Amino acid sequence: MKIGVPKEIHPGEKRVATTPEAAEHIIKLGFSVCVESGAGIGANISDEAYKEAGVEIVPDAKTLWSTADIVMKVRAPEQHAELDLDEVDLLPQGGRLVSFIWPAQNGELMQKLAAKNATVLAMDSVPRISRAQKLDALSSMANIAGYRAIIEAAQHFGRFFTGQITAAGKIPPAKVLVIGAGVAGLAAIGAAKSMGAIVRAFDTRPEVKEQIESMDAEFLMLDFKEEGSGSGGYAKTMSKEFIEAEMALFAKQAMEVDIIVTTALIPGKPAPKLITQAMVATMKPGSVIVDLAAEQGGNCELTEKNKVVAKHGVTIIGYTDLPSRLANQSSQLYATNLRHLLTDMTPEKNGVINVNMEDEVIRGATVIKEGKITWPPPPPTISVSPQPQTEAPAYQKESPSEKPGWLRQILPMLIAGTALFSVGAVAPTAFMTHFTVFVLACFVGYMVIWNVTPSLHTPLMSVTNAISGIIVIGALVQISAPDQIVVILAGLGILLASINIAGGFLVTRRMLEMFRK
Amino acid sequence: MSQSLVTMSYIVATILFILSLSGLSNQETARRGNYYGMTGMVIAILATVFSDAVSSYGILIGALAIGGGIGLFAAKKVAMTQMPELVAIMHSLVGLAAVLVGYANFMDTTSTLAGVEKTIHEIEIYLGILIGAVTFSGSVIAFGKLSEKISGKPMLLPARHWLNLGLLIAAIILGGIFLNQTENGGGLTPLIIMTIIALLFGIHMVMAIGGADMPVVVSMLNSYSGWAASATGFMLSNDLLIVTGALVGSSGAILSYIMCRAMNRHFLSVIAGGFGTASGGEAAVVEGEVHPIDAEETARLLLDAKSIMIIPGYGMAVAQAQHTVNEITKFLRDKGKKIGFGIHPVAGRMPGHMNVLLAEAKVPYDIVYEMDEINEDWDKVDVSIVIGANDIVNPSALDDPNSPIAGMPVLECWKGDTTIVMKRSMASGYAGVGNPLFVKDNTRMLFGDANKMLQEVLKAVKG
Repeated sequence: MKIGVPKEIHPGEKRVATTPEAAEHIIKLGFSVCVESGAGIGANISDEAYKEAGVEIVPDAKTLWSTADIVMKVRAPEQHAELDLDEVDLLPQGGRLVSFIWPAQNGELMQKLAAKNATVLAMDSVPRISRAQKLDALSSMANIAGYRAIIEAAQHFGRFFTGQITAAGKIPPAKVLVIGAGVAGLAAIGAAKSMGAIVRAFDTRPEVKEQIESMDAEFLMLDFKEEGSGSGGYAKTMSKEFIEAEMALFAKQAMEVDIIVTTALIPGKPAPKLITQAMVATMKPGSVIVDLAAEQGGNCELTEKNKVVAKHGVTIIGYTDLPSRLANQSSQLYATNLRHLLTDMTPEKNGVINVNMEDEVIRGATVIKEGKITWPPPPPTISVSPQPQTEAPAYQKESPSEKPGWLRQILPMLIAGTALFSVGAVAPTAFMTHFTVFVLACFVGYMVIWNVTPSLHTPLMSVTNAISGIIVIGALVQISAPDQIVVILAGLGILLASINIAGGFLVTRRMLEMFRK
Repeated sequence: MSQSLVTMSYIVATILFILSLSGLSNQETARRGNYYGMTGMVIAILATVFSDAVSSYGILIGALAIGGGIGLFAAKKVAMTQMPELVAIMHSLVGLAAVLVGYANFMDTTSTLAGVEKTIHEIEIYLGILIGAVTFSGSVIAFGKLSEKISGKPMLLPARHWLNLGLLIAAIILGGIFLNQTENGGGLTPLIIMTIIALLFGIHMVMAIGGADMPVVVSMLNSYSGWAASATGFMLSNDLLIVTGALVGSSGAILSYIMCRAMNRHFLSVIAGGFGTASGGEAAVVEGEVHPIDAEETARLLLDAKSIMIIPGYGMAVAQAQHTVNEITKFLRDKGKKIGFGIHPVAGRMPGHMNVLLAEAKVPYDIVYEMDEINEDWDKVDVSIVIGANDIVNPSALDDPNSPIAGMPVLECWKGDTTIVMKRSMASGYAGVGNPLFVKDNTRMLFGDANKMLQEVLKAVKG
């Protein structure tokens, strides 16, 4: 089968769907590859480089679309400005297309493609499961976007990121706040951190705390109990109270930090507005906000899509083409993602793709199959969040006690108090001295034993065993009694207790000898 | 030796005992602690022997020598895997000694007490014998269960709670009769009947407790032996006995509490015996397919892993596999792998049982972790090996509210990459609960005798 890669026509789009390295691998799978002339220019890949890898160069888009069995693109098909026709119309009847589609947002496009009887695989619909990570183009693009977001911020920020003490004075490090610690957020954290900034990050999903901390950034805790993990590893919409607490946190942070990178997105919904105009106004002059959610309306109220604007002395960057701004890098990663997808679809390496709807990954990516819309796919079976195991009726912890809490606390004290009082009322003084000793000893024991490490519990038992052989004293003081029976009983008592003493201490010693580092 | 000097010696002995227990707070000071204990005991015995109360030495020295000899012999002979049995049988000795001392004291007619003091003294004797007898018979049964001379299954008599209550009431009534009769110098008959009742009570109590609750029982009997000594101390007006008994008693009580908390059981429900006291509906039935593997595949998994966690259970003790485990550990550690041991508080049949076994096999104690230390880090573990453990790695404790062990904290090994479970067969654990861990996708089952299979694994990793 022949794979065709056209030049991207979206204004400013510099990426290309394959690179010479990826093409070489694809050819090994049995395919032939053709690329529209000049497709790689934006990503600094010349036609010659493609030719060297064994790729055929096709002079214009029309030829490419009509000869290729499978067309691989970056952006979803759109109106071709030079040819004055839609790319969908270039696609032959029953053709195959692999690119970003965004089926949820592009219903009309889906209908048009379906009308063409096409088979379409959307790179944005690849399910987020472990096996599919190697073809998860969203992640690889997000990674680049996060990195680039920091680079853009650095460009518009008037100071160093790193702190320095120089002869000319002290330079404080920049403080960066990253909101949303998905792939893009983590990439931004990594980039900012490696430039020397102080990085803080926030996310509604508590499980990413560890990931943030592993990047050496500070996780901003929100003192609020609500789980933010939706299915498939994405975040979900939070409750009103949570958002209020969250906003208060952002408002406080806005006054402190120099750079804010927002990456908060909820699948299929407009981006949540997290940075209000008032917060922007309180930021230090010269601060920078990079809004990675600009495409979906922006996390900041003042974001303007595809523009850099200065409001209240703060630069707000709303670029939506950050991956394209690192075109060579993103082309490489995207091409590799596509190559992995092709590898998965041609298990026999014979150059013929098999759209196997049994395969969970391919099933998820395929949004139209031979003219039939197959989107959305059934929900993924594996999720990051633990699934409840059984549907047993809710477990009632013990049975809730009827007694009010204070009574439960006071009652044992009352009983103990009464008991002690009644003993004290009748007991003779001699008994009370012993009793004092007894109670104090119990407390000493209590304090001492809590310090014993659990690994020494067995030696503790054997040594207390030996010590409880102290009962031998009781037998010893009776051994000299005149009564013969008493002597015999006491003698037996000594015998038994001394077994305990000798055995207990020796076995403890044996055990402790074994505990070695 | 004057009375003051004896008392002073007792105080020194008491301090040494306290130091002995506090020495156990870590491994470095533990050995010193044991020597403190020995010194304290020697001082206490010598002070008593040379006090005015003792005037005949023949039987005394004979009994001390014979008893000491038996003790030394037993301590030398016992295998580390038999520690729980040894500890249990030694508790029974303390209990029996307390009973004997109680009787001796009762029959000793030289006492000159009168009035309330006499009554209190009689009550002390009565209680001392009661606690001693319960400790004695309970420990004997515990010993039988631990050495598998008696079945580990809980023996549940019908209306067992009422039976216990009846025995308790009988003991109280007999106490009243006993006090009445002692006024006139009698009282031996009710005392003997009470002793028999107490013995029956001890037997019944431990018989009703399941094998998995054994750690609680052993530490509880440890506590009882202390209280028995303490009661004897009251009876003889001897502060050393009171203090030492109280130390041992509270130590055992705290251990029991720790064990109960580790199983998420209420102390009373353990003592009352049996399972199934606190669950609503039916526990979910475990369904699914197990993935068996062989020793060579296990070895490959181990060699591919970076971080390995070993979870030993009672099965390791039974198979005596700790030495083989250590050899594998040593070999893999030399290869630069990170290996740890995860110890559940109730693994084995006695508190700290696994630690002792691993120490015997010379596993360094700084790679042996408590449950709380490692339970958050399972996602960093590549391979975990469960050796002869079941209930302590049962996920249904966490996610099946109807499981009999619901709410018990467990080692969450299934959160790691792969879990290898070594078992003899697909039988359920001591708690009689099915284990969904065995049918998880990332669990591999290695069937066979733990020691034999581990030998094969060792050969395979080395080869």
